[in-house]
Amino acid sequence: MLPLVLPPTVLGYGILVLMGRRGALGGWLREHFDYTVIFNWHGAVLASMLVALPLVLKGASSAFAQVDRNLEAAARTLRQSPWSTFVRVTLPLAWPGILAGTLLAFARAMGEFGASLMVAGSIPGQTQTASMAIYDAVQAGRDDLALMLALIVSAVSVAVLVLSNRFLQRSPS
Amino acid sequence: MKRLLLSLSLALPLMASAQQLTVSAAASLTDAFKEIAPKFEATKPGTTLRFNFAASGVLLQQIAQGAPVDVFASADQETMNRGVDQKVIAADARRDFAANTLVLVTPTQGAPAIATLADLKKPEVKRIAVGKVASVPVGRYTQQALGSAQLWSALSPKLVFADNVRQVLDYVARGEVEAGFVYRTDAELAKGKVAIAMTVGGHAPVTYPVAVVADSKQAALARDFVTFLGGAEAQAVLARYGFGKP
Repeated sequence: MLPLVLPPTVLGYGILVLMGRRGALGGWLREHFDYTVIFNWHGAVLASMLVALPLVLKGASSAFAQVDRNLEAAARTLRQSPWSTFVRVTLPLAWPGILAGTLLAFARAMGEFGASLMVAGSIPGQTQTASMAIYDAVQAGRDDLALMLALIVSAVSVAVLVLSNRFLQRSPS
Repeated sequence: MKRLLLSLSLALPLMASAQQLTVSAAASLTDAFKEIAPKFEATKPGTTLRFNFAASGVLLQQIAQGAPVDVFASADQETMNRGVDQKVIAADARRDFAANTLVLVTPTQGAPAIATLADLKKPEVKRIAVGKVASVPVGRYTQQALGSAQLWSALSPKLVFADNVRQVLDYVARGEVEAGFVYRTDAELAKGKVAIAMTVGGHAPVTYPVAVVADSKQAALARDFVTFLGGAEAQAVLARYGFGKP
């Protein structure tokens, strides 16, 4: 849950210190595999994932908590194995909540700016996120481009919110 | 009571003359301007200078959108010209007060050997930091220089774009990129962490214009600061940081 409350720049700095070319893990990766996540889309994915992961976890854990234990017990009395019970009873019941959390995480990752910028930079066509493109467009005085991008991002965000609410309403309560 | 009144009457004229001058200046001027500030404030008792450092293009954008700024110092003529064209900068008090040089820097540790611009094509050079072309003057000078050397498109996949010249310097100093284009004055500030590989030509001369913002509420004081920058005291500070005469 920590990434949810930490400022993205703190998270970005942490990744930079750990995964940078002179970082503990980054230095090792670079030496042995000639690989780095810095200034590379892998870095943007890593940052977005860390930032958004708590939303998936939170959505999934509350979805699992809401599954009726009696239904699981009933499946067990009907000679279903624990695995079969999980796949055929628990997961289908929790699924809408997991999906809703995933959608929220997607929206959060789409808006990622601070951590990604520090780790992956803003390289057009490679690591530039939609939020960075808006920031760059405003800095360069291209308000038309900024407005267009802002409208697209807002439309997608609203769609995600509506969808995730639908899923939540469908989940057993 | 008498004492209180006396001190109040002494303080009043000071408070009346207390004024704040906001100066938006190119990121490369950060250290020199911070040192010039107390010298200017000493000539105008009751005046405080407030600085806003960023890429020149970003600063102009803020001014154009109505930021309460009095003086604008840019790292290139193009940005200042744009300001004058948009009528947000007063053209009459404009003057050039400093010059700089574009250099190619590499991290002092673990960088591949680079002696010419063509060496940047080597596979060991994976990333090169440059300023954003649209808003950062050093990025535009770099684009001109690499364009003159017919290397801009060949090197494009390796370029990492930074928000201002100090960010380019930071990327190189941390060793996250193999090379970067900055001004000589910035490279001097990070001696020990970055090494100057070469001086880069093939671009418009790097000169710094300063002017008064058209909407400034303290135009007279703003003009005084512009004049002060051309004076011996300010020029001595700029020279010490490695800036040339325009």
